[in-house]
Amino acid sequence: MNTFNKLLRSIGASVLDFCSTIGRIVIFACSSISHIFRPPFYGKELFSQFMQIGFYSLPVVGLTALFTGAALALQIYSGGARFSAESVVPSIVAIGMVRELGPVLGGLMVAGRVSSSIAAELGTMRVTEQIDALVTLSTNPMKYLVAPRLLAATIAMPVLVAVGDTIGILGGYLVGTGRLGFNSNNYLKNTVDFMELEDVTSGLAKAAVFGFIIALMGCYHGYNSGRGAQGVGKATINAVVSASVMILAANYILTEAFF
Amino acid sequence: MITVQNLHKRFTENTVLRGVNMQIEKGESMVIIGGSGTGKSVLLKCILGLEKPDNGKIFINGQDTTKLDRNLFLSSFGMLFQNAALFDSLTVWKNVAFRLLQGSNKMSEKQAKDIAVEKLRRVGLSPDVAEKYPAELSGGMQKRVGLARAIAANPGIIFFDEPTTGLDPIMSSVINELIREIVVEMGATAMTITHDMSSVRAIADKVIMLHDGLVQWSGVIGDLEKSQNPYLNQFLNGNAEGPIEAVR
Repeated sequence: MNTFNKLLRSIGASVLDFCSTIGRIVIFACSSISHIFRPPFYGKELFSQFMQIGFYSLPVVGLTALFTGAALALQIYSGGARFSAESVVPSIVAIGMVRELGPVLGGLMVAGRVSSSIAAELGTMRVTEQIDALVTLSTNPMKYLVAPRLLAATIAMPVLVAVGDTIGILGGYLVGTGRLGFNSNNYLKNTVDFMELEDVTSGLAKAAVFGFIIALMGCYHGYNSGRGAQGVGKATINAVVSASVMILAANYILTEAFF
Repeated sequence: MITVQNLHKRFTENTVLRGVNMQIEKGESMVIIGGSGTGKSVLLKCILGLEKPDNGKIFINGQDTTKLDRNLFLSSFGMLFQNAALFDSLTVWKNVAFRLLQGSNKMSEKQAKDIAVEKLRRVGLSPDVAEKYPAELSGGMQKRVGLARAIAANPGIIFFDEPTTGLDPIMSSVINELIREIVVEMGATAMTITHDMSSVRAIADKVIMLHDGLVQWSGVIGDLEKSQNPYLNQFLNGNAEGPIEAVR
């Protein structure tokens, strides 16, 4: 009975801890969003973060998309050949990239790169009292540090994913025409003909949500980082893991919504 | 003038401040001493508004800090952090001029840079340093930049948190002298937290000793050595034996 009680207590404590963390994240997110829309606005910070999050993530997102599009073309060809449907390769590659793989894989790659970087940067600023210094210099850290990162990531991710989608389709095209014997014009025609505007918009909407999640997790864990190098390390790990899990969960919810 | 009345602060099971009372007159330099973990930094953070006290009042120039306009309150003081807390991503001059470049009354970059360079010169740094990044500077230079940032907006109150931590004795002496000179020159009210006795002797008009979240002794600097207070004597003499239990 005693062991059962201990087990129940432990489960209860974990549930309470989980709920309080969710509550803190929601409060942090609401506060951050409110700061995005209230002056003062830090345009230079926003631009700098847009470059850090968007522009410098292009190589990793581009390479991921290129290889994914290429592999996808081979897989669909291999599967399609079983029921003589090889011709669907261009359209499935395009739809698959734009609706699902582009945003999700792009999101996960950017989560690894950007969430960790934001968490480490803000965590170090917390540990070295730079965040306290901002307060004493009459600057709200939520406004100066968090709001520009959230806004930049939310804007940059759809742009990144749009570029990634194009590169992914190009990967499929290169394999389709170079390795699988597709006619170049037919491949491009099939790619465009079967794609609808909603495929693109749903993918870009997902990307914007993922961008918000990536920056939110990086900022939340970094801003509330524990002391010392260990605290910053833990914040970085938590940021990447929570951002990745939340991207996958949000992906399912958004796919249901756009289904 | 800074007045602290019956200040209490507790973190979960750990009670840090148990009813601190103190007063710093305008233009006075007060130094707060005490061992590690006695609540000095928490007291400072409560005054700065970085921590919310559980109980008690803080008045700046007779006004309750909880009722003051936050930005107005913050703009009235400067702060030198223990490890300078310079922003890594900004150049030295942008660090110094940070406050001047923010807010509704912000200056042009040219004006702000001129003031930053002048303040850097005041703390003994050449204008060449202005375009460098904090990581390119030594610990002593970073402290000076932190000091320049603290005085950039000519505040009426300046706080110093362990200003000589991590510096060699010569650089500590230089920083102490600079602090003393600048505080006198600006006619500012100063509050310093330290456990470096050379800082105390160089900077203080008055001294408060905190132990276990309470003021154990307070007085003018001249009375420091004459005091019979057992806590103060143990601290000044650096004895392991006495009323202050050393954490082993």
